[in-house]
Amino acid sequence: MSGGHSTYTPKTGIERWIDARMPLPRLVYDSFVAFPVPRNLNYAYTFGGILAIMLVVQIITGVVLVMHYASDTSLAFVSVEKIMRDVNWGWLLRYMHANGASFFFIAVYLHIFRGLYYGSYKAPRELLWILGCIIYLLMMATGFMGYVLPWGQMSGWGATVITGFFTAIPLVGTWLQQLLLGGFSVDNPTLTHFFSLHYLLPFVIAGVVVLHVWALHVVGQTNPTGIEIKSKTDTLPFTPYATVKDAFGMIVFLAVFAYFIFYIPNYLGHPDNYTQFNSLKTPAHIVPEWYFLPFYAILRAITFNIGPIDSKLGGVLAMFGAIAVLFFVPWLDTSKVRSAVYRPWYKLFFWIFGINAVFLGWLGSKPAEGWYIPAMQASTLYYFAFFLVIMPLLGLFETPKQLPNSITEAVLAKNKGAHAHPAGATAAPETKG
Amino acid sequence: MSATDHSDVTRRDFLYVATGTAAVVGTAAAAWPFIDQMRPDASTLAQSSIEVEVGSLQAGSSLVVKWRGKPVFVRNRTPEEIKAAQDTPMADLKDPIARNGNLPSDAPATDVDRSAGKDKENWIVMVGVCTHLGCVPLGQQGDFGGWFCPCHGSHYDTAGRIRKGPAPMNLEVPVYSFISDTKIRIG
Amino acid sequence: MKKVLHGLAALSFLFAGSTAFAQEATHAANHEAEPTHFPIKAPREQSWSFAGPFGTYDKAQLQRGLKVYKEVCSACHSMHLVPFRMLEELGYNEAQVKAFAAEYTVQDGPNDDGEMFDRPGKPSDYFPSPFPNDQAAAAANGGAAPPDMSLLAKARGVTRGFPQFVVDIFTQYAEGGPDYIYSLLTGYDQTPPEGMEIAEGTHYNPYFINGKSLAMAPPLSDGQVTYDDGSPQTVDQYAHDIAAFLMWAAEPHMEERKQTGFSVMTFLLLFGVLVYLTKRKVWSNVEH
Repeated sequence: MSGGHSTYTPKTGIERWIDARMPLPRLVYDSFVAFPVPRNLNYAYTFGGILAIMLVVQIITGVVLVMHYASDTSLAFVSVEKIMRDVNWGWLLRYMHANGASFFFIAVYLHIFRGLYYGSYKAPRELLWILGCIIYLLMMATGFMGYVLPWGQMSGWGATVITGFFTAIPLVGTWLQQLLLGGFSVDNPTLTHFFSLHYLLPFVIAGVVVLHVWALHVVGQTNPTGIEIKSKTDTLPFTPYATVKDAFGMIVFLAVFAYFIFYIPNYLGHPDNYTQFNSLKTPAHIVPEWYFLPFYAILRAITFNIGPIDSKLGGVLAMFGAIAVLFFVPWLDTSKVRSAVYRPWYKLFFWIFGINAVFLGWLGSKPAEGWYIPAMQASTLYYFAFFLVIMPLLGLFETPKQLPNSITEAVLAKNKGAHAHPAGATAAPETKG
Repeated sequence: MSATDHSDVTRRDFLYVATGTAAVVGTAAAAWPFIDQMRPDASTLAQSSIEVEVGSLQAGSSLVVKWRGKPVFVRNRTPEEIKAAQDTPMADLKDPIARNGNLPSDAPATDVDRSAGKDKENWIVMVGVCTHLGCVPLGQQGDFGGWFCPCHGSHYDTAGRIRKGPAPMNLEVPVYSFISDTKIRIG
Repeated sequence: MKKVLHGLAALSFLFAGSTAFAQEATHAANHEAEPTHFPIKAPREQSWSFAGPFGTYDKAQLQRGLKVYKEVCSACHSMHLVPFRMLEELGYNEAQVKAFAAEYTVQDGPNDDGEMFDRPGKPSDYFPSPFPNDQAAAAANGGAAPPDMSLLAKARGVTRGFPQFVVDIFTQYAEGGPDYIYSLLTGYDQTPPEGMEIAEGTHYNPYFINGKSLAMAPPLSDGQVTYDDGSPQTVDQYAHDIAAFLMWAAEPHMEERKQTGFSVMTFLLLFGVLVYLTKRKVWSNVEH
């Protein structure tokens, strides 16, 4: 935590005994009870906790599904159907896991957008941001490999297309593709490779999440004003304030999640994945899972050669570049002001970026034909321009709004007139109910 | 503290207790599917009972069928085997309980209670798993002409009762019934 | 300086706008005689007993659907993920299921002589496939193996398009499969537009998801299957019944799912209210 000193005082003998040997209760107390959080956090800041829940949901449902799944091409598809039909609650566990992946991504996208809006990546939180980007990258790998496991048509053909990206890399491309596939095409070794890695990566994610949370507790949370914590009145203890707010956010999120699981469990999936993979018959339209669609659109936007780079390699570079650019955001943004609340122009471009990203996703589900292609190209251009042109230039030209002096001042200004609270009520927040 | 403050505190405590209870109940309910999924699934349960044709079995011959993943011995016993078992004094039995799933759990291990019952004493149906450590005993061997487990030397008599060796109990008789004169249903 | 920013913003709007409006015309590429996008016609939405949050299967309808499958579809289409024992969910008792299973011949073995042998089906057996393997199925059907029907109702779904796919979230539309199957089975009587070429040995059907015509000849005709419950013996009724049956075959736990969903949603709602009130209480003394 930012303060450095711990306020944990063991009360009983056994607590003192543990504290002297392995101060885990102290760590938990300092990180999740006494940890000071800005008092003005809104619900956009609950997605971190929601993501933690989703990671746990995915790991637990995954571990349980593995008790029934068979990672062999002759059995995989049937074993998933046995889960759906015969295993007690199997339909629930599998729908939870499949929709859980989607909701994990919904939460992570909202979490990333919150970071972009409030400038959470700016110094001293660059490492925190980069660790987040690494988690996102690991999630993409895990999600992609998990989608292969049911061994449906989209599983097999998605794997064919994605591993095909690697052939675009000069010299080592084909070698790399065969390494991933364990052969010349998507077959049994591919399935066993992906199954093993799909089981491993979530635990790697959990490890990086620990680093991410560690980094967060060193630098402290940002807040909608983007102003650092200056005094004690700016903060509240994590428990009960942030805990109960996070809990409410989680329940609302879980309610939407449950709605999908119980009423429209196949809405986010693709019908073709209920047909077993046939390596001789490609479906009419191969589309990835929805959470990859914006990148799929960027991939297909590059229909032309750029100098020595042919369109195939160009598309792959653009797609990976779209993710790679995120890592450099802390240095691409030149503004001295953190939060979009005080940056009118950034705010505008940010919302355009958000709409553009959704539009890219929609385009990703469309065939590469007709007007979709120039639309993909224009959208891709804006995607990169936002990071590479708008972010660096805006910091130089934009005139930010007047910043409040502190979080407390911002809170008081916001509530002035709206509440009839006496000013003194804000000074000493109650610590525990 | 004023009276209004006090009622406020009570209401707040009630709220906290209710919320906490709901959280515990919700977590417990959510945990159940994760535990329940480990029980036998529908396809396993569908094969938990089998039907066996025994009409072709002559006196003195046996049949081994697989039931719930375990061997089941079905034997049409000879009159000599039945007599040998009937003549055994109860005091000689190591385990005096019939261990017959079709009878009450305290039924004595008489020959008739080990067999398919009155008038069907020639039939004996047993799970072929030694009650010691789970090996499969060999038929018509050992000191009593019944079954003999080679793993640790348990001897069963012609009614499948443990007579000598480390096994603690008679061979288990599964739930079964004759659905016709020549067909039995196990499980 | 502000002008530069205005210019940038305007430029980005221009991109978004131009792409959205300027190129709408290319959509007309779907010529009537030589369409490039399938199906030519969107499936006709039907009303199903199992639709919506409280939907349940109509057991009488499923029994009729089973009859249609058994007497018509099963000649070519397998359903290898569905065991006979599951038919108890259609309202049959154990003895009826046993008798139904026994009407089928199932290969078992090897026996003690190492031979495979045929025996009557048991409830734990799965519907036997009409062909020994995919190659045989394809060879007997002009090169195209008839798809397995166990999951057909979930494996077929016509893209709904914007904004319909957003509306579908709120209406809980999950009947794309049965709608498609119904539309296909009743869509054979339409005549192809002027000038359209239909390949030899295929049949025009504007509802077919993968082309303008398909290899399967119209499988149903009025009066083909005899119903015992007095339901009309028409192609339209058969198509409804088989589509409902296939939805059940693909998603046998749907009723349980929706019922569990109601309990879960109710709990989350109440729990959410409690946590919200707790949150209000905790934060009541703090301006934020």
